[in-house]
Order: sequence, then C-alpha cells, then structure tokens
Amino acid sequence: MGELFRSEEMTLAQLFLQSEAAYCCVSELGEIGMVQFRDLNPDVNVFQRKFVNEVRRCEEMDRKLRFVEKEIKKANIPIVDTGENPEVPFPRDMIDLEATFEKLENELKEINSNQEALKKNFLELTELKHILRRTQQFFDEMEDPSLLEESSTLIDPSDPNRGAPLRLGFVAGVIGRERIPTFERMLWRVCRGNVFLRQADIEDPLEDPTMGDQVHKSVFIIFFQGDQLKNRVKKICEGFRATLYPCPETPPERKEMLAGVHARIEDLQMVLNQTEDHRQRVLQAAAKTVRVWFIKVRKMKAIYHTLNLCNIDVTQKCLIAEVWCPISDMDSIQFALRRGTEKSGSTVPSILNRMQTKQTPPTYNKTNKFTSGFQSIVDAYGMGSYREMNPAPYTIITFPFLFAVMFGDFGHGALMTCAALYLVLRETRLMAQKIDNEMFNMVFAGRYIILLMGIFSVYTGAIYNDCFSKSLNVFGSGWSVRPMFSPQVGGNWTFKTLEDNNILQLDPAVDGVFRGPYPIGIDPIWNIANNKLTFLNSFKMKMSIILGVIHMLFGVSLSLFNHLYFNKPLNIYLGFIPEIIFMSSLFGYLVILIFYKWISYDASTSKDAPSLLIAFINMFLFNYNDPTNKPLYRGQSGLQIFLVLIALACVPCMLVVKTLVLRRQYLWRKRLGTQNFGGIRVGNGPTEDEAEIIQHDQLSQHSEDGPEFNFGDVAVHQAIHTIEYCLGCISNTASYLRLWALSLAHAQLSEVLWSMVMHIGLSSRSYGGAVLLAVIFCFFAILTVAILLIMEGLSAFLHALRLHWVEFQNKFYSGQGFKFLPFTFESILDGRLEE
Amino acid sequence: MPSLLFCGPKMAACGIVISIWGVIMLAMLGIFFSAKSAVLIEDVPFTEEDIRNDKNPPQNIYSLYNQVGINCFIAAAIYVVVGAVSLCQVRLNKRQEYMVT
Repeated sequence: MGELFRSEEMTLAQLFLQSEAAYCCVSELGEIGMVQFRDLNPDVNVFQRKFVNEVRRCEEMDRKLRFVEKEIKKANIPIVDTGENPEVPFPRDMIDLEATFEKLENELKEINSNQEALKKNFLELTELKHILRRTQQFFDEMEDPSLLEESSTLIDPSDPNRGAPLRLGFVAGVIGRERIPTFERMLWRVCRGNVFLRQADIEDPLEDPTMGDQVHKSVFIIFFQGDQLKNRVKKICEGFRATLYPCPETPPERKEMLAGVHARIEDLQMVLNQTEDHRQRVLQAAAKTVRVWFIKVRKMKAIYHTLNLCNIDVTQKCLIAEVWCPISDMDSIQFALRRGTEKSGSTVPSILNRMQTKQTPPTYNKTNKFTSGFQSIVDAYGMGSYREMNPAPYTIITFPFLFAVMFGDFGHGALMTCAALYLVLRETRLMAQKIDNEMFNMVFAGRYIILLMGIFSVYTGAIYNDCFSKSLNVFGSGWSVRPMFSPQVGGNWTFKTLEDNNILQLDPAVDGVFRGPYPIGIDPIWNIANNKLTFLNSFKMKMSIILGVIHMLFGVSLSLFNHLYFNKPLNIYLGFIPEIIFMSSLFGYLVILIFYKWISYDASTSKDAPSLLIAFINMFLFNYNDPTNKPLYRGQSGLQIFLVLIALACVPCMLVVKTLVLRRQYLWRKRLGTQNFGGIRVGNGPTEDEAEIIQHDQLSQHSEDGPEFNFGDVAVHQAIHTIEYCLGCISNTASYLRLWALSLAHAQLSEVLWSMVMHIGLSSRSYGGAVLLAVIFCFFAILTVAILLIMEGLSAFLHALRLHWVEFQNKFYSGQGFKFLPFTFESILDGRLEE
Repeated sequence: MPSLLFCGPKMAACGIVISIWGVIMLAMLGIFFSAKSAVLIEDVPFTEEDIRNDKNPPQNIYSLYNQVGINCFIAAAIYVVVGAVSLCQVRLNKRQEYMVT
C-alpha cells in the first residue's frame, strides 16, 4: 500500500548491450515491461536508423498476415485464441517465418485467382444455360401457328408481305434486372420501335465472381430486321453491359448445345468444389496459428523499433540505451538482462548503470485491479508530478462516499451492488470473453468503483431512510400523536380540531410527542409528513457543508506533506499555515457552529434558535445588533471579530510576504556568487567552511542554469494563487451544496416514479389488480434502471468527479507530470494495435 | 420437434433478473401491506366514504390493506412463473448452443 501514496522512485539508467545479445535482452525487458526507453537519436530520420531494414521486413510480414486474416474472416472460420504467449523468435528464425508467410500468401493468391477464373467461367455457362432454356420458350411462342394467326390478323390484313415469313435476326443475352426498364426504353427510342424485345427473369440469384455478392439478372432476346439495326442493338447492349451469347438458330442445334453446356457445368462444379475444399483446408490450418504468428511478428517489430532508439557505440561492439526504470524493480531488470544474455549465448554480460540527472523522471503509480480504476480517475485530470502526493488512495473512499451522498437510496444502492458484484465475481470469465463493446468495457473497468459506490449508497440510503422513496420503520418512530390529545401534558387537540383542519403540526414541546431520535438515520415518520422537504433540506444542506469543509481541509493538509517532502519550508510557513488558518477560522468555525446548534437547542428552546446563515453573514459585516437573530452563545461577537481579523491577516501573508521573502533569498544567493572552475561550480559561502561544490557538469546530463528570478512574474503568480484560494474557499464551499441538490433531485425523482407508476399498480380494489401490478412492476423496474440507476447515477458520478478534481485536488495536486510508458508486450498480447 | 424456444439468451437473462427482483420486492410489499404499514397509506385505494361509513374503524381500511397485500403476493407468484419460464429458456438456449457447435 505504501507505494500508492506517492509515485514510484525512478532513476535514469544506461544499458550497455552487446550487439549479439541486444535483441534477446530487449525481448526479455519487453516481457517484464518495466523500463521506458529514451530516444537517443532524435535527430536521425526514421529511414536512416540502424534496424530500419528489419522493421521493414517485419512490416511486410505483418501485411501478409493481415491479408491471411482477412481471408480467414471472409471464409467465416473462427481464429483460435488459446491465450498463450509465444516466445520471441530469434532473428535467425525471421527468414523461416518470412518464407512460410510468403508461401502461404502466394498459395492463397493463386487459389483466389483460380477460383475467380473458374467462377467466371461458371457464371458464363450458367447464363448461357438460362438463355438457351428461356429463348426456347420465345421461339416456341413465335412458331405457334395459333398465336401467329391472331397477331397477324390484328396487324394489317392487306399487308403485301404477308404470307412470306420474314427473315428476322436476333441476339440473346443477359442483363442486370434493375437495368431492364431503361434498356427497353433506349432500344425503343434508338430503333424507333422496330425491334422486338422479350425478357424473362432468372429466378435464382447469380454470384458475381469478382465481388462475391449475389446479383439478380434477366435473360433477354431481341428480334430485328437488317444489319443496321443489328449494329445499333449490339452497341446498346454493350453500353448497358449486357453479356451477349451466341445462340444457334435451329432447335436441334440449341438442344445439342444445351446438353453440352450441362455437361460442362457439372465438370466445372466439381472442380470448383475441390478448389473451395482446398482453400478451406489452407485457411483452417492458418487460422490455428495466425494469432501466434501475429504476436511473434509484432513482438519482433517492437524490439527492432526499440533497438532503433539506442545509440550505437563507435566500436560497433555494443548498443547503448538510456532507460527510465523504477528503483524498486532494478533487481528484476538485472535478472532479465542476465537471462537475455544467457539465451543469446553471449559471454559478455550486459550492464545496467544508474545515472544522475536533473531531468524530471516520469510518474509511475503501481496499481492492481482494484486501485487502477481510482488511479485512472485521478490521471484523467492530470498525471501527477513526480513523487507528488497521489490523491488516489483517498479517492478510494471519498469518491464512492460523495457519490453515495448524492445517490442515497437503499434499494437503488442494493441493485447497483448486485450488478457490480456480478461483474466482480465473474471477472475472469468476462475477461476471457473479450467483449468488444466499448460501453461494457468502460463499466467493466470501473467494476470495483461501482461496487463501492453501491455499498456506500446502501449505507447513505439507510441514513436517509429511503428505499425506492419509501422509509423502513425498523425501530419504531420516536413521534407520537396521542399526547397531543391529553391536556395534562399540554396537548390542545380535540376531535373538533381534526374535523376542522386538513393539516396539523405536531408540537415536540408537548411532553411525549417526541420521544428522542430514531436509532439510525432519519425517522420514518418524515416520509409521510407534509413538511418533509423543509426538514430534509435543512439537514442535507448542513451535511453538505460539513462534508465539504472537511474534505477541503483534508486537501489542504495533504499539501503540507508535499511541502515537507520537497523540503520547501517557505511554502509551509507562508503557504500552508495561512491557508489552513484562513479556511478553518471562517468555514471550520461555521461547521462548529452547525454542530453547536444541533446539540445545544432542544424541542423547548428551538423557537429561539438563530438562523446560522444570517449569523454567518453578520459575522463578516461585524453586525451584532440584529434583534431578530439572537447570539448563539455568550462572547460570540468577540470570538467572531477575532476570527475574521485572523483570516484577513492571512491574506497579505500569502499575497505579499512570500514574494518578498523569495526575492530576499534570491538576492542573498546572488551576492554570494559562484565560480566555475572547468565545469565544476564552486559557491562561496559567507565563511570559508560553507564553500561547496554546487554543481558538477560531468555528473549532469544537461547543464542548465538555475531559473532566473523574475520579481514581476513571481508576484503576479503568487497574487493569482492567493486570490484563487481565498475566493475558492467561498465558492468551493458553496459548490459542495451540489451534494444536497443532487440528493434532493434523486429522492424527488424516485418519489415521482413511485407515485406515477407503482401507485397505479397498487391502487386496485379487486384481484384483477394483481395482473396489472405485475405489468406495472415491469415498467417500474425498467424505468428505475434507465432513469434512476443509469441516468441519475451518471449525473451523480459526474458531480462526484468534479468535486474531486476541482474542489479537492486543486488544494494540493499540480498534476504536471508525464506518464511512465514502459516498453511492454502486453498490448500486443491483447491483440490491440499500437500507435 | 416443435421448439419451445421463443426468446434469445439476452431476453431470457433479462427475464430472470426482473423476476428475481420482482419476487423479492413484491413479496416484501405484500408483507408490509399485510402488516398495515403506515408509510404505505398513500398507496391504499381508500376513499372518504370508507372512513365515514366504517362501523368498526379502522376495519375498512385494514381490509383494503389486506386486499392490496394479496394482490402483491399474486403478482409475486406471477413473477415466479415468469422466472421459471425464463430459466427454461436459458437452458434451451444453452442446449441449442451445444447443438450448433
């Protein structure tokens, strides 16, 4: 747990890798995933690096594999995923892999082209078959004497050409069905109605060999007279991409041809089936290993990319890499290097050498499956600066708690807990399923957050005594109506009073009406009281202020640990102390007043209780003569004046004094001066003893002078910070009132849902109401999940997020670091693509 | 064989979840109505006459409470049936899955 409070301690280290062992060492480092390589040749073009050739070969292999994968997916063959993690192949195995892939790709391409040619052939033959079959009908009709008789009498009985049969030419072909209407019209217009078109649809769709999709086509036959028309018709057919087939003129010839076509189709079908079988076999064999191949190739590519980042020694004997790594994991890195060296068979060990640097190391927070969700909430705002206090461990409790304050409902909390429990208990199985749904993955990643949010909601729901907007009366209410009717104890109600009034208010001052608070949470009697909202609002508003002020004070105290760790005493004395005094003397005092008022007034004295809000405003106005608002306690005015003055005194401390002190320190250091002896800077102290080596150029990678002190900049920055803090105290406290607002909204919404939906189901006086109730309950359940759990849950989540990011974290968290991105094969294993 | 399968695996799972929730919640409501919980008075369908014409108050209101409570129990029983049917559907869906693969 200790490492969760701050990010890991990182160090810059140099890696000396023997050229022959470099590949194996880097692959071992990739397996453990604990080092981040720095680019040592940033000015070298990508194409001029040492291993560019290998990278290119890997990319070529990757491309071939992608082609194979695409073919496998097209053939609907499932890719086997055993979840195994194959070892990185040696560089010498690369040629084998390349040869395998090359062979596979060529084979597939050949099969594909053969198949395509065969399919084309097949299509042509099928079309021809259809033409021969359909046209037979047309010819039969034409030669039918009865039809001929009928039509000829209709045309013109006095036609001179009648009797002598016309020599009609014809073309037959196949065309896409959707083109028929335009085709027909075009023929009619161009040939001026002198051609005769017959067409018939082919019922079964034909397969397009190039695209592989199904197309509907029609057979047509066009009769015409003369060569000129023939040319025109042929041109139009060409223009409409109709395929024309030669069709014999006499029936016996046609019959013969049809028989021939049938025989050829059968042969072709057999060949096609065999080709398809072969293709399936090849693809199935590939599907078994394609995932492993992908991982191998991508790992190799990643290794060569990483090797490209290294510096090549002048002697070409070794590669020099610079890495960021966590100090706590140095041992495992050393071990990985040793394993890599052994594997490559090299005798010279690889060396890991720690370096001193002034550069800011990356931020690395170790997480497990429970904390990672909370850490990502923090990181989404900004990556923490190096070794800064990490808000994530506190977020684990405060985030679900603040969420639950807004989402407080026993029933809804229980539902949410059940859903999260399902995700948590089934996590291994769900993870193995690798569901690709983005929404689901988001929820799944936050399953522990949701679980905690649900549990906390159950708790706050119990405190609010709210379960689907109804209260649970477990211990018995503390309120009683009976004493209001007995004059002995001061009750003044009679049955006449009940007749006359619609609404009556119980008087807690009457003895026995109020018998003390409910053991836990809100008394269930409030659920049916008319002034429920007045009571709950006052309670929830005060509760939000209390929670908010505590949360913010906690944030400010965390900044103390930052100042202590980074050794900045000035920030403690002139930053942290005035800040915490300012806040606690104003808002901390308000919280104490709230508690004081809760404790010190009981039912008999509550009539005289002053308004806290007015009292607080009067505190700033120094107005203590308000007759309507009595003081809470004796000596209130003195204490309050003192507190306001102290708070005011803190402002200049933060605003001006800190800047002036910073300036003085800078001038003092400057007056001491430093001297530079050949790269070694020596500072002269006030006395001889205090002289020290301030900076040693050889030790630092990049020698930079200390930041120049710019008085204007610092003053403006400090002023902004101070104003932001002081105004922020007020606005942030007000901002915590969203806890009240959201919880009010949630409670009201669930009450509306109950009275608009569930109430209808319950309010039936006959047994038929049971069926209605069952149906209504279904709607109630769906609406509850959709509106109250998902929609309201998201809104409460968002507000809890804001309270953490803005109100809590800006008190201590700067979030200006950059993330530690170790070189790891993990993302390759998950099948995700990098970059 | 005519298949009794009429909804997919997701629908069946949804049915199971809703029926578990329904059985628990409606049974609890039934118990609370039978116990004449004061908090639930707003959901009891009584009218002005029920109070006025009550010879032995509050028996009229109590009988209405019982009526609504019984309705709740019946609805819970309906959800038991729905849950059983959904469970069968899940089983059938699983068997179908095995048969395909």
